[in-house]
Amino acid sequence: MELSIENLTKSYGRGKPVLSGLNLKVDGSGITSIIGSSGAGKSTLLRCINRLIEPDSGTVRLNDVELTALKGAALRKARRSIGMIFQSFNLLDRLTVMENVLAGRLGYVNFWQASSRRYPQADINRAYELLELVGMEEFVNQRASRLSGGQRQRVGVVRALMQQPSILLADEPTASLDPRTSLQIMELLQDIAGNLGLPVIINIHNVDQARTYTDRIVGLRYGHIIFDGTPADLDEAALDAIYDGKDWNEEPEEPGSGNGGPTGSSSGGSRSTRGSGSSGGKDTKRELEGARA
Amino acid sequence: MQAQAPGSAGTASGRPDYRWKRPQFFTNPFVRWGVPIAGLAYLVWATSTLSINWNRVAAGIPRAGRIFSNAWPPDFSRSNLIISGFTESIQIALLATALGLLISVPIALLAAKNIMPRGLHWFGRGIIIVARSFHPVIVAIIFVKAVGLGPFAGVLTLTVYSLGFVGKLLAEAIEEIDEGQVEAMRATGAGFIKVLAYAVFPQILPRQVGLSIYQLDSNLRASAVVGVVGAGGIGGTLMNSFRRFDYDFALAILLLIIAIILVSEAISGRLRSGLS
Repeated sequence: MELSIENLTKSYGRGKPVLSGLNLKVDGSGITSIIGSSGAGKSTLLRCINRLIEPDSGTVRLNDVELTALKGAALRKARRSIGMIFQSFNLLDRLTVMENVLAGRLGYVNFWQASSRRYPQADINRAYELLELVGMEEFVNQRASRLSGGQRQRVGVVRALMQQPSILLADEPTASLDPRTSLQIMELLQDIAGNLGLPVIINIHNVDQARTYTDRIVGLRYGHIIFDGTPADLDEAALDAIYDGKDWNEEPEEPGSGNGGPTGSSSGGSRSTRGSGSSGGKDTKRELEGARA
Repeated sequence: MQAQAPGSAGTASGRPDYRWKRPQFFTNPFVRWGVPIAGLAYLVWATSTLSINWNRVAAGIPRAGRIFSNAWPPDFSRSNLIISGFTESIQIALLATALGLLISVPIALLAAKNIMPRGLHWFGRGIIIVARSFHPVIVAIIFVKAVGLGPFAGVLTLTVYSLGFVGKLLAEAIEEIDEGQVEAMRATGAGFIKVLAYAVFPQILPRQVGLSIYQLDSNLRASAVVGVVGAGGIGGTLMNSFRRFDYDFALAILLLIIAIILVSEAISGRLRSGLS
C-alpha cells in the first residue's frame, strides 16, 4: 500500500488556502497521526484523499491509481478501498447496527440488494465476525441511536472495515468521547493497524494519545507540514511550532500515559498481550489494559 | 450579603443603581408610534370604503333565523344522494392523497438544495410555489374548465394541493437532515440513489408518515369544498340543495360533514400518537 499526496492545494472561497502545496507519503502499515490546531487543514486533507472534498489542484495517488483524476463510477469504486471513520460517528441513526455495518458494502452490492437488505452471505458472515471483534455482536438489531458514544464509534470502525479497505482514514475519532472510551478506540485502531496490517491515518487533537498510540506524527500548520517524525522526535520546540507557542496540552493528562514517548516497541508489546483481539470487546478488560498502557 | 429593600438607592458596593430597560423593538420613536397609527388608519379607511350597510345586516339576522327554522329538522330522507355524494368525496380525497404523496417525493428531492446542484433546485422549488399559489377552490375552477364537471377535476385539484403542501414541508425536512450520514455513505463508495436510500429516506420517514396522515385529513375537508364549484363529491349536492332552498337537506349534509371530519380527526390523532 502506498498513498502519495503531491502539491495538494485547497481553498474555500477567496480566503487563504487551507492547504497549500502539501506533500505527504504514507506507506506500509501502522498509524500515522496528523496533529495541528483547529483550522490547520487536517479535516480538509483527509477528505481530499477520498474526494469528499474536491481539491483545487495537486494529485493524490493510492497504489498507483490517481484518485484526483477519477470521476463517477471509477471514483466510487476507488472510495471502496478507503475506509473512513468520523468524529461524530455519522451512523445512520434510525437504522439498526447491522444495517449500518452492511452499509459499508454499499459500494459493492447493487441497488436491489441494498434496498431490500439482501446482502451476500459472505458480507453477513464478515459483519458478525467484525462485530464480535469489537464486542458489539449482541447489538445487531439495536437502533444506532440507542448506542453510547463508544459503541457508536466501534460500529463506525466496523462499517469502515466492511469495505475491505486498503487504508483507513480517521477524522478525530475520539474527540466526541470521554477519556476512557477514547483510549479504548485508540487501542482498537492500534489493533487494526497491527493485526490487520492496515495503515491508518488519523487526525487527532490529543497530543498525548498521538504520542502513545501512533508510529508517526505529522504536524500541520496553516496548510503546511512543519513536522514529520516519530513520537520521540516530537519535543517541546516542535509542539510550540505546530501550535504557535500556545498551550498545546489542553486536556489533563491521563495517569501514566504522558511519561515520555513510547515508540513502536512498547505499543507492539501491548498488542501482543492482547492477542488476536477476539476478547477485545469486554469492557472491563479493556479498561484495565487502558490503565496499564 | 445583606438584602436590600426594593427601591433603595445604591448597590451593595456603594455605587449608584444600575439602570436597565428592555431594548425597544422599534428604536426609532417615529416608527414606534407611526406603525400602530398607520395600521389603525388603514382599518378605518378599509371599513368605510367597503360600504358596510347596517340596514342589510339588520335585515339579514331575521332572514338567517328563517333559514335555520326551515332547516330544522334536518332531512336525511334522500339517503341515496347523500351516500353517493360522500362516497365520491372520500374517493376523491383518497385518490388525490395517494397521487399527491407519490409525486411530492421526487419534487421534494428536486427542491432540496442540499442534495441537488444549485440552480436545479429552483426547478423543484418553482413547481411547489406554483402549486401553492392558489387556493384549491381556484385550482378547482381551472380544472373544471379544463376537464369538465365531475370528480376527475376534484382529484386533479387535490393532487396539486397535496403535492404543493407535502412537497414544501418534505423539502424542508430533507434540508434539515444530518449531513454526516450522507458523508459517511459517500465515503463507502455508494452512488446517489444508494445514498438517498440509506442516508436520506430513513431520516425523513417519520416526517413523511406524519405529513401523509395530515394531508389525508386535510383532503377530506377540501374534497367537500371543491365540490361547490363542480369538481364532484358532496359539495355539489350541498350547493344544489342551497340553490333549491332545501335547507333541511343542506343541514343534513352539513351535519354529516362535521361528523366525518370528527371521525377522521380522531383516527389521524390516534395514528399520530401511535407513531411517536
